[in-house]
Amino acid sequence: MKILVCMSNVPDTTTKVTFAENNTKFNTQGVQFIINPYDELALTRALEITEKQTGTVTVVNVGLADTEPNVRKALAIGAHEAVRINAEPLDAYFVAEQIAHYAKGENFDVILTGRESIDYNGGMVAGLLGEMLNMPSINVITAIEIENGIAHLERDIDGGREKLDCPIPFVASAQKELTEPRIPNMRGIMAARTKPLKVLEPTGSQANTLTTSFELPAPKGACKLIDVADAGKLIELLHTEAKVI
Amino acid sequence: MKIIVFAENQDGNFKKSTFEAISYAAQIAANNNGNVTAVSIGNVSAEKLAELGKYGADHIVSYAQEVFHSFSGEAYSKAISHAAKSLNANLIIVSNTYSGKTIAPRTAAQLSAGIVSGVISFPDMQNGFKVRRTVFSGKAYADVNVNTSIKVLAITPNSFAILDQPKTAAIEIMDAGIGSENVHTKSTEIARTSGKVVLTEAELVISAGRGMKGPENWHMIENLADILGAATACSKPVSDMHWRPHSEHVGQTGITIKPNLYIAIGISGAIQHLAGVSSSKVIVAINKDPEAPFFKAADYGIVGDAFEILPLITEAAKAFKSQQA
Ligand SMILES: Cc1cc2nc3c(=O)[nH]c(=O)nc-3n(C[C@H](O)[C@H](O)[C@H](O)COP(=O)(O)OP(=O)(O)OC[C@H]3O[C@@H](n4cnc5c(N)ncnc54)[C@H](O)[C@@H]3O)c2cc1C
Repeated sequence: MKILVCMSNVPDTTTKVTFAENNTKFNTQGVQFIINPYDELALTRALEITEKQTGTVTVVNVGLADTEPNVRKALAIGAHEAVRINAEPLDAYFVAEQIAHYAKGENFDVILTGRESIDYNGGMVAGLLGEMLNMPSINVITAIEIENGIAHLERDIDGGREKLDCPIPFVASAQKELTEPRIPNMRGIMAARTKPLKVLEPTGSQANTLTTSFELPAPKGACKLIDVADAGKLIELLHTEAKVI
Repeated sequence: MKIIVFAENQDGNFKKSTFEAISYAAQIAANNNGNVTAVSIGNVSAEKLAELGKYGADHIVSYAQEVFHSFSGEAYSKAISHAAKSLNANLIIVSNTYSGKTIAPRTAAQLSAGIVSGVISFPDMQNGFKVRRTVFSGKAYADVNVNTSIKVLAITPNSFAILDQPKTAAIEIMDAGIGSENVHTKSTEIARTSGKVVLTEAELVISAGRGMKGPENWHMIENLADILGAATACSKPVSDMHWRPHSEHVGQTGITIKPNLYIAIGISGAIQHLAGVSSSKVIVAINKDPEAPFFKAADYGIVGDAFEILPLITEAAKAFKSQQA
């Protein structure tokens, strides 16, 4: 079993989001970057699968050299090898094209992504990759077992859950509940130092969307406090003042 | 401008998000000398199909062959692309639901189209084509230019009004020539949480956190939600401890929602939680700690014990509903 896990490098969840250069760039100053939490789930599940059967897990990241600490972390968690495609991840389409270009010759059985990156929340890479590689794509999976070349999966659907089967190869995106993330241990960290981390140059494709500026939401007005004794008045206010019920 | 909208149905009924998407498209068309084709995929009655005209579709196309009877991202995306190519469409609109998110990127790749998801604005076409989307789970907005001739937008549910703009739309049955060899996934079981308001589409959400002490107290939350016709949600630790199903977990690592009303009970308001709910129109925080960060993000607040406050609100909600009836 050959599994590819796509990983993005995102700001830590506690980050106070601010922008620089006249609101055209995310301000990375003092921001700590982590492996996208959903990608971490995908990675852990991939490791569990290859530990049960045999196989290898490769992580791929489209990013500049500053993502390498987290790529190494993925190796420390247990990935067998890593590939960094040396380009700024301009948009989902661009990232998917880079990964598809790399993956085409590699014969992966399963390609896993996270359900979305927690910075841009696009959730598009799995579907784009699936189409570019001519594979089915299954979004937001909460369970996966692979037997004799067939995966048994569960995924979230609007208002429920679906069980489905899919033959390899395919692309799937990891949803919470897929597994619990693994934390690297000392042995893993030592081993990661000597594991292969290949750097590839990007293919020539250009991004077809461009983020021109960012804006923070307007700050909320003051919170209107209601006394506990009058708690029932909330309903009236929601009806007459806020007009939401 | 030729616009195509994916008209998503569930068990033969179009979703609210579909009507939002058609209303959205019809407004763009009206301002740009365009027209709107609603594309229905799967088994939907003629009567239901005709409903799409009510919200401004000029033309309704239905793909109802056997291969579409159960959902498949591969087949559904190909049907949308088929419609787009047949009609020379340059804008494709999908609602950012789970199904929409599966289809939209595949369609974009098939058409080499630029794609933006999480869209919350009408396009600004004065100088190119620009839309606004949420980023950082609602902590910020980004304005994005799309530079391709064909564009795909996945719009956020609950972001655009449903408008009555009736048109007499002709219904056309189309066949994309897609066979079962195009579908690799096989659905073996579908379980829906029946009778409940779907959280991602809900206008009202009652959410609770660790302050509710344990799962045995959730009947108070469910009761209030039932009375108001709201969906229920929870904070991450609550689903981590299995007090509530994971599907209710909202926040940066759960789902992002955008209801008209979000009532947070016994939730502290950690930055990761707020990320997923701060786009709600009106936020109410109920917390015994006056310093709880949620009060900074809320429009209304009650400082006190949830177990004392909930019965009072529930009674008031009951009285309000019976008065309305
Ligand atoms: C990587 C990462 C991702 C995360 N993602 C998410 C996410 O997506 N969603 C999320 O929710 N969290 C997320 N978290 C967790 C988040 O940081 C908080 O820990 C969590 O939201 C707290 O949940 P809570 O408010 O229910 O519990 P607590 O923080 O324990 O707060 C309970 C609140 O209830 C109040 N309370 C207690 N008793 C009563 C009572 N009787 N009446 C009224 N009020 C009462 C208390 O004053 C307190 O404010 C994430 C954390 C990390 C590190």
